Amino acid sequence: MLKKAQALFLRPLGAILALVSAVSSHAESAASQLNMPQGVTEVSQAAYDIHMVMMWICTVIGVAVFGFMFYVMYAHRKSRGAVAENFHENLIVELLWTIVPAIILIVMAIPATTALLKVYDTENADIDIKVTGYQWKWQYEYLGEDVKFMSELRTPQDEIYGREPKGEHYLREVTEPLVLPAGKKVRFLITGNDVIHSWWVPDFGVKRDAVPGLFTSAWAKTEKPGTYVGECTELCGSGHAFMPVVVEVKEQAEYDQWLADKKAAAAEYASTIGKQWTFDELMVQGEEVYNRSCAGCHAVNGEGIPGVFPALKNSVIALGPVVEHLRVVVDGIPGTAMQSFADQLSEVDIAAVIHYERNAWGNDVGDITQPVDVLNYKQAK
Amino acid sequence: MAHGPATLADGWVKYASRWLFTTNHKDIGTLYLWFSFAMFILGGSFAMVIRAELFQPGMQLIKPEFFNQMTTMHGLVMVFGAIMPAFVGLANWLIPMMIGAPDMALPRMNNLSFWILPFAFAILVATLFMEGGGPNFGWTFYAPLSTTYAPDTVNYFIFGVHIMGASSIMGSINIIATVMNMRAPGMTYMKMPMFVWTWLITAFLLVAVMPVLAGAVTMMLMDINFGTSFFDAAGGGDPVLFQHVFWFFGHPEVYIIILPAFGVVSQIIPTFSRKPLFGYSSMVYATASIAFMSFIVWAHHMFTVGMPIAGELYFMYATMLIAVPTGVKVFNWITTMYKGSLTFETPMLFSIAFVILFTFGGFTGLMLSIAAADIQYHDTYFVVAHFHYVMVAGAVFSGTAAVYYWLPKWCGKMYDETMGKVQFWIAFIGFNITFMPQHFLGLAGMPRRYADYGLQFADWNMVSSIGAFMYGAAQILFLFNVVRTITHGKPVDKPEVWEGAEGLEWTVPTPAPYHTFEKPPQVK
Repeated sequence: MLKKAQALFLRPLGAILALVSAVSSHAESAASQLNMPQGVTEVSQAAYDIHMVMMWICTVIGVAVFGFMFYVMYAHRKSRGAVAENFHENLIVELLWTIVPAIILIVMAIPATTALLKVYDTENADIDIKVTGYQWKWQYEYLGEDVKFMSELRTPQDEIYGREPKGEHYLREVTEPLVLPAGKKVRFLITGNDVIHSWWVPDFGVKRDAVPGLFTSAWAKTEKPGTYVGECTELCGSGHAFMPVVVEVKEQAEYDQWLADKKAAAAEYASTIGKQWTFDELMVQGEEVYNRSCAGCHAVNGEGIPGVFPALKNSVIALGPVVEHLRVVVDGIPGTAMQSFADQLSEVDIAAVIHYERNAWGNDVGDITQPVDVLNYKQAK
Repeated sequence: MAHGPATLADGWVKYASRWLFTTNHKDIGTLYLWFSFAMFILGGSFAMVIRAELFQPGMQLIKPEFFNQMTTMHGLVMVFGAIMPAFVGLANWLIPMMIGAPDMALPRMNNLSFWILPFAFAILVATLFMEGGGPNFGWTFYAPLSTTYAPDTVNYFIFGVHIMGASSIMGSINIIATVMNMRAPGMTYMKMPMFVWTWLITAFLLVAVMPVLAGAVTMMLMDINFGTSFFDAAGGGDPVLFQHVFWFFGHPEVYIIILPAFGVVSQIIPTFSRKPLFGYSSMVYATASIAFMSFIVWAHHMFTVGMPIAGELYFMYATMLIAVPTGVKVFNWITTMYKGSLTFETPMLFSIAFVILFTFGGFTGLMLSIAAADIQYHDTYFVVAHFHYVMVAGAVFSGTAAVYYWLPKWCGKMYDETMGKVQFWIAFIGFNITFMPQHFLGLAGMPRRYADYGLQFADWNMVSSIGAFMYGAAQILFLFNVVRTITHGKPVDKPEVWEGAEGLEWTVPTPAPYHTFEKPPQVK
């Protein structure tokens, strides 16, 4: 008897469970996540707590209201012989269903206010980091430390367009993550360079719009080292889905080492800026920079998007004097989507990309633009 | 009686002239309804493109640039082309018949306000075929993405929005004038059907906020073409100003969409409960308070923009309060059903689904009002799920209910009940399969307006897309049902089509003659 029940019931159940777990584990550990993450900061915990409280309150009210409604739909149906009564309006009932929800809301406003006060508690930070949103990447600047870098998507176009299988960290990987020390209160000063972006790290409970011309602050402090992934959450153009936020929280000692390495690398870079590059070296470097930073608008083949973004292939700028080309890339064109790349790209990268644009896709100017030319142009201003 | 309407038998010139030059509220109502359905199918097909692309991670069918145009056009067409004109169409058909008036107060303006709409949408949709493509900055068109960084076609978009706004303003002035001046003797304000009340209040909202929208797009126009800097920080302007102006229009706008839906449901539930609305006057007051509050909560759409904490707290408290009058409405619908004699024809099924799903959307709305939690929800699929529960299950379900409910009165034919119920269940199940998983996606961290997403969101996106195709198919069935009713429906001839229906529109013959209430009825 028991065996029969087992065969009838338990075996299919086991199969279903196996299927469910197979489906839910095929991506990552976060695959079957249905609820808001609790996160690793005081703010994210507060958001989670108030979220859960509200959800349970709504669930209880929902069960009561819908339960009553379904009872009515069952009990007072004409097919069961229900005859309509003709009552309407009842002052006490109507007062009750106005006052009781109002009281619930007033009570709820108290924890909601406390949680919000935490979000705004940006005083007394140990570290200040300026976060700037660009189309379509983030720039992180460690204020007072002389460390500044761009963080952009590392997932190749081939994975996005299905020419290669998607990697484990598809759209969740960047060239260089933001690095933070554990146990320190970090204040983010957030702004935008071109359009509005929004910097979101769910595990920190930080989401703040990066508005051009406006600085706002948010903060995070966590004891837990690890990698935390977030997103841009304000529509910012065609690359909106392709500018993730990746944050690595390290132990203090590791963080200090990382910071020292960054500074050393910056110093080393400054000393090599005078190096003369060959035509081919610049083409290789330029193609990489172009595909990462320019192809979003001007397209990989240099043909742009007709009516929106101009072509570089056979363009007046790319085939004209190099000074004009430098001016466009370094200073940008005010009032258009062509932004200034002076802060976004190094001198080497700007030289390489200009060189590439002048000598790729059938453009054949044949000249060589060296990093030192870029430096001279910047200093001449 | 005056001459009847031209039919196809009179030749196509006369027939076309009838529709082009009509000043008859029923003809104009019909035009609005067919136009809005066409826009609904168009906006729906944009949604199908979106869901097809999101079926799997990676870019398969379209480019991100075109994806953004699709999300933008889906929102614009659905809000301004489908839902709003649908309710104006219902208002045109029903308000004169409900208050015992022979027609709308301003019939020529009525014709104008309809006939400029197709041009507005022709202009808007034509941008998809122009160099640079259609608007790609979201239906909320935040500056500077919609100004400095927009394609040149944004100027067509601005012109289109201006025309839509003019149409809406004229339509609402007409409704206000009609309700205030053309009520039959004895039809006092507190005797008006709820649908008339909700539309009267909606019309005031429209007159108040459509000019604000016009102001916002005009400032955009100036920024783009005439060198001003309203929204450009580099020139001393402020991108956040745009959001304040937009949401001062945008928040009342969502109540403009939902209030007439409340009105429809408040007509249908009493009919099929065979019992009067439980708290008529409290429903009127609740509607008016929701309308008033809609003006003072706009910045809850901007909790992550970095407002001062005092602002955040105020907008949070004010927003939470909206739950009170909204709750009053829901409780009223349920107590109307209580101890009634319920039957579940298609309009009633859609209305009950409205109450359940709208309330569900209300719950998530209450959760969204809590600023600290909203920082996690904001601009994720949780918000997408929330507003589709209140817009689709709210406005679209009630619009569908309204068509099934009044269709016999309009064309004198009864729809096929079985087909209606089949459509309801496909729509109801499809809707929930589409949007319920989007709550999970949002909480797990998927932002909205994403053309592509990480692998952790793959499962629920696939489920959501399957539901969307199902919901889309239900709309084709809806079209089939309506056309089939008009051509092959079983004739109805008693004035009171439904057993428990109350109201003046059920006292005129079925189908409603071209001119009704040429002599005003006496209302006791």
